[in-house]
Amino acid sequence: MNSLMAVTRRELYAYFATPLAYVFLAIFLVMTALFTFYIGNFFERRQADLLPFFAFHPWLYLFLVPALSMRLWAEERKAGTLELLLTLPIRLRDAVLGKFLAAWLFAGLALLLTFPLVITVNWLGSVDNGAIAAAYIGSWLMAGAYLAIGSCLSAVTANQVIAFVLTAVLLFVLVIVGFPMVLTAFKGWAPGLLVDAVANLSFLTHYEAISKGVLDFGDVLYFVLMIAAGLAATAVVIDRKKAG
Amino acid sequence: MIRIQDLHKAFGHVAAVRGITLEVAPGDVLGFLGPNGAGKSTTMKMITGFLLPDRGAVSVFGHDVAKAPEAAKRLIGYLPEGAPAWGEMTVDAFLHFIADVRGYRGVERSERVARVLRELELDNVRDRVIETLSKGFKRRVGLAQAILHDPKVLVLDEPTDGLDPNQKQQVRNLIQRLSADRIIIISTHILEEVSAVCTRAVIIADGTVVADGTPASLEAQSRYHRAVSATLRGDGIDDALHALPGVREVESDGDRRTLLAADSDEGTRADLLPGLLALANERQWQVSDLVVERGRLDEVFRRLTRERAA
Repeated sequence: MNSLMAVTRRELYAYFATPLAYVFLAIFLVMTALFTFYIGNFFERRQADLLPFFAFHPWLYLFLVPALSMRLWAEERKAGTLELLLTLPIRLRDAVLGKFLAAWLFAGLALLLTFPLVITVNWLGSVDNGAIAAAYIGSWLMAGAYLAIGSCLSAVTANQVIAFVLTAVLLFVLVIVGFPMVLTAFKGWAPGLLVDAVANLSFLTHYEAISKGVLDFGDVLYFVLMIAAGLAATAVVIDRKKAG
Repeated sequence: MIRIQDLHKAFGHVAAVRGITLEVAPGDVLGFLGPNGAGKSTTMKMITGFLLPDRGAVSVFGHDVAKAPEAAKRLIGYLPEGAPAWGEMTVDAFLHFIADVRGYRGVERSERVARVLRELELDNVRDRVIETLSKGFKRRVGLAQAILHDPKVLVLDEPTDGLDPNQKQQVRNLIQRLSADRIIIISTHILEEVSAVCTRAVIIADGTVVADGTPASLEAQSRYHRAVSATLRGDGIDDALHALPGVREVESDGDRRTLLAADSDEGTRADLLPGLLALANERQWQVSDLVVERGRLDEVFRRLTRERAA
């Protein structure tokens, strides 16, 4: 197998070699269920869709995703294995992409494991499964964007806790910036272009339509670009640290 | 051939490497010696591509490590300081990952892993999780991954650190077995290791090279090179010894005398043994535990590195 696959495989092995994976998956599933059924008022709504489920993802990911991304690079630096990794004949881009892919696939697994919700809602009424599938893809893309940003911040420090906090804060800012309340604050004084620009920076804005099952090209592009930017930034940070 | 040209590296205000130039050819087992903080590990990290030099270049068999890193890294097997490994992996899984990255598949991959497990006597621990292993075993695992692909270049940062005497000997034997047509660079604090294993010793102090030669040539710089020590019993020993031609100094310790040899005109050391034996025979002294020293590396080391610091 080529080195990218080898890196991804090794990283996934690491997830499952410790309780990390199982604990994370358990917490993820419990929390999504909690939010869907209690806070999301799934039953009270009396609608056969998974909106209550998908609506909370941007917020849930705020603290769940940094838990996955914090260890991507910070732990390696601290343990000294970064030196081993970077002196192997692996291109930096393969190492960065490989680690990201492992985290992203794992996030995908977590999402897949929520399938009982899909079965439930199908059993309860007639459902637009296309919309649900689209929403899953959108959520997964957003998780990827979160992870890419987390990957970059994990490369910046050798301390996983700092990586976690920085990531959570940055992601929070990027989410909150699309919040109607925040945007109104801008609308008062800023030119329309700036307000739009700020709104377009937000995860929330681009996730809005997706959560309802509409895969708008612009929204998908946003997430893809975020992933690319995050990974490119990760590579730059690691490269700079080699020189510095 | 490894060509190291005018390497410089600073971390903030601290200049770790201040101009190191070396060439290492296949067959060389080069030992980097030096005080802590001298720049040995930093130099090794630049050779293996983990750090980029501020100035200067390293090329490994024609591949510039900064410009063609993968080509260079394919030729190098590296054991970093502290023998890091992903602790949550088993020895077997770890070596398989390294084999994957090194481009091996299928049967060849399993065979190579099996071979290094045997070579480093890791068969019994192949399914153990690395972080549960003792320091010595972890280091052996690190060595295993370094030699897995039969590299032309081996860079080993303190390979015997933390090993017990038996394990140290095994590693040294391994290094000697491998040295045939390879370049091996090791860093060590253990001077007797340099004499035992290395064909060439480079002493680094304060970021520069202060000595570069065979262990024998370094020993020859010692005050004790060709010194003769013996336990002597008899009359008039000290006066007679001081009068012996070629004796620069006499050290005493109870009945034991050490005669330090003076430098001769050609730059070599005087041969004191015949003179001493003739004298002892003539005066009927009792002579026992006679030793002719090759020289003390630690004394040379201290002198060269302290000069630098001062």
